[in-house]
Amino acid sequence: MSKSNRKNGLNRRHFLASAAAATTAVSALSAPTVLAEGRPRVVVVGGGAGGATAARYIAKDSEGAVDVTLVEPSRAYYTCFFSNLYIGGFREWVSIGHSYGALAANHGVNVVHDWAVSVDRDARSVGLAGGGSLAYDRLILSPGIDFRAGSVPGWDLSQQNRMPHAYKAGSQTQLLRAQIEAMPEGGTYCMVAPPNPFRCPPGPYERISMVAHVLKQSNPTAKIIIVDPKEKFSKQGLFEDGWQRHYPGMVERIGPDFGGDKVEVRPEAMEVVVDGEAMKVDVCNVIPAQQAGGIAAAAGITNEAGWAPIVPATMQSRADENIHVLGDAAHQGDMPKSGFSANSQAKVCAMAVRGALTGSSVFPPRFSNTCWSLIGTDDGVKVGASYEATDEKIAKTDGFISQTGEGAELRKATYEESLGWYAGITADMFS
Amino acid sequence: MTAPSTASANGLRSTSPAARGRSRTAGLAACLASGLLALGLLLVLPAAGAGSDDAGRGKALFGQCKRCHQVGGGAAHRIGPHLNDVFGRTAGSLADYRYSQAMREAGAGGLIWAGATLDAFLSDPHTFVPHTRMSFDGMEGADDRAALLAWLRGFSGDHSDPSPAEPTATPEEYGLDPHILAIQGDREYGAYLAGECTTCHRTDGADEGIPSITGWPLDDFVIALQAYKHGKRVHPVMQMVTGRLSDEEIAALAAHFHRAEDDP
Ligand SMILES: Cc1cc2nc3c(=O)[nH]c(=O)nc-3n(C[C@H](O)[C@H](O)[C@H](O)COP(=O)(O)OP(=O)(O)OC[C@H]3O[C@@H](n4cnc5c(N)ncnc54)[C@H](O)[C@@H]3O)c2cc1C
Ligand code: HEC
Ligand code: HEC
Repeated sequence: MSKSNRKNGLNRRHFLASAAAATTAVSALSAPTVLAEGRPRVVVVGGGAGGATAARYIAKDSEGAVDVTLVEPSRAYYTCFFSNLYIGGFREWVSIGHSYGALAANHGVNVVHDWAVSVDRDARSVGLAGGGSLAYDRLILSPGIDFRAGSVPGWDLSQQNRMPHAYKAGSQTQLLRAQIEAMPEGGTYCMVAPPNPFRCPPGPYERISMVAHVLKQSNPTAKIIIVDPKEKFSKQGLFEDGWQRHYPGMVERIGPDFGGDKVEVRPEAMEVVVDGEAMKVDVCNVIPAQQAGGIAAAAGITNEAGWAPIVPATMQSRADENIHVLGDAAHQGDMPKSGFSANSQAKVCAMAVRGALTGSSVFPPRFSNTCWSLIGTDDGVKVGASYEATDEKIAKTDGFISQTGEGAELRKATYEESLGWYAGITADMFS
Repeated sequence: MTAPSTASANGLRSTSPAARGRSRTAGLAACLASGLLALGLLLVLPAAGAGSDDAGRGKALFGQCKRCHQVGGGAAHRIGPHLNDVFGRTAGSLADYRYSQAMREAGAGGLIWAGATLDAFLSDPHTFVPHTRMSFDGMEGADDRAALLAWLRGFSGDHSDPSPAEPTATPEEYGLDPHILAIQGDREYGAYLAGECTTCHRTDGADEGIPSITGWPLDDFVIALQAYKHGKRVHPVMQMVTGRLSDEEIAALAAHFHRAEDDP
């Protein structure tokens, strides 16, 4: 949208029709911060699906009225979404990397490449690993996930090069793909799947599909084993049907009824022990149990399970109204932990933060999510839902899911849609 | 029907089944444009003044284009540019229509619309002009394309068909209440609601697998969303998205995505 158009938008008649509904949402916010000298300051920690979107929308829509600083250690963000397609050979590595340049150039976001290490909630400031600190009127945390120590006995972060998680995209993803390519003929790939809740519910199973796709071509006698603590998983019927059709006999899943919940790994020996029985594997992809990125706990806003509870209408922390939490780190209700969800929550949060800091209009919040997964070439499926904010949680209102037995044309169209979505969401985060 | 089949006999419709659909890598337009010029095939046009049966068939087939294009007396740009005098037109060249960069570049690279190039484009738009904003998957049958092009040819040149252009979409054809078009949308509210759309639809109008929805005429936009809402167009995502939009919200979205400079 051009600058002049945005101006036109602002000059328009004020909104009346759903003013009543809007007031309800406004009252959920704390009173607008009394503006001290200078512009109100927003600090966003984490430049991923939630954080980049929030920073972009606040800076873009406030047209300079809010000072936005984004703290993110990496200079390029590699998306977890579509990282499985990279493993499957459907995407080039460079195609899933994005820079923060446009956020600074087009919208005036200050991008600070550093780690946030502490939050002083009384002084309202964030400490940086590099030594400085940043004062804020509102702090937005979207740090994604960290792994829960000890959730898979025998595994810790020091073992991630022998047994990669590849659940934060980057060198881990490239390592896992290289290990799969280097598997001996007829070798075994094993995934230790995570317990609920975790980032991207269909993610592990889309990965299985992509690993099978690669091995079917390069190493057709190879075996794939999933050790899974969960009774059931996302889009299970669709995945199992797809594995049957594309990769018959290749994928075996050990659920909790066969000890999938009693697993231990021995990285030195490349062994996985299921219910006391050791098996030798060639690649072991350990996806441990998860919790909110460490900075949320450092800020003291997480619950016992390690996630940060929020107020649905504004994404404010239940523990501190000056902090908002987005994406995977938030404990919010019915939305899956996905990039789409984080992006959707970020727009609700951006509206609430602007409303509180600049008095701009606040409309009733809306959330939505759609997650596509690729099962095989041109065989895409999706699941999606709409959500609304209740006092208690973000609650699902409507939804849909692909069906087994759909025609090839429809599955191909669904895959092509996912390409469009990827182009859309990454532009919505970074352009 | 001879001319377009000449074109395919020359191997111009080189879209193999594997390359069909939206494999967005090949750039046939550029190589074809120069190849066609070199071969002088621009002269191979479908015969003008085809028999009236054929004309009826061509007109009926234009039903697939009609949602987005007008042709005939008083035709204006709608979702796509008007198609009067499209034969001989350089691709992406009408100054008052906002084309995709891809279409403008194809034109700058020498693509001129003629029987053979139109045939190749319509058979698989996204392979012939990768990244075009035209959200149309292609017309499979060579005979169908020939009949359509023969009819369309009648609206190009000195003696073009004077019949008035038909509207792109009307509420009635989807069984919708015409009053939906009279609702004034609030742009500021539309801008907020649009946040839900831009996770999938790009604001720069690029179509990478999800259709472009920027720069549409207001009415076409409202009718498209209302058609999904009332199940007259079927698509699980868009039916879910529109299911919770009120008539006022749909009008607000149309106002937001519409740009004054795109008015016909
Ligand atoms: C294999 C896989 C496939 C997936 N597929 C999909 C999909 O198809 N669709 C979908 O919608 N979602 C998908 N997801 C989920 C999606 O990637 C996440 O849900 C999404 O990225 C969450 O966004 P976020 O902002 O919460 O965290 P992230 O996107 O992870 O961003 C967090 C950012 O914060 C930074 N950070 C962390 N701590 C600090 C700190 N202390 N200081 C400064 N910066 C910090 C990190 O460097 C990171 O860049 C997938 C995930 C995986 C692993
Ligand atoms: C969903 C809407 C839509 C449909 C359906 C559609 N078009 Fe298009 N068409 C467009 C748009 C939008 C453009 C501009 C493309 C661009 O800029 O990349 C376009 C461009 C064109 C062009 C290029 C015109 C120029 O000035 O360069 C031709 C020719 C064309 N369409 C013919 C057709 C025909 C014939 C059909 C039916 C078989 C059809 N279109 C169906 C939307 C559509
Ligand atoms: C989850 C992704 C997604 C979201 C979110 C989404 N759309 Fe769509 N939209 C699509 C897809 C896919 C199609 C193509 C549907 C079809 O084939 O009929 C589409 C089609 C459309 C069309 C018709 C396009 C045409 O060429 O006829 C319009 C108009 C539209 N969307 C508007 C919107 C608006 C407005 C919103 C926000 C309120 C929105 N969409 C949200 C994915 C999405």
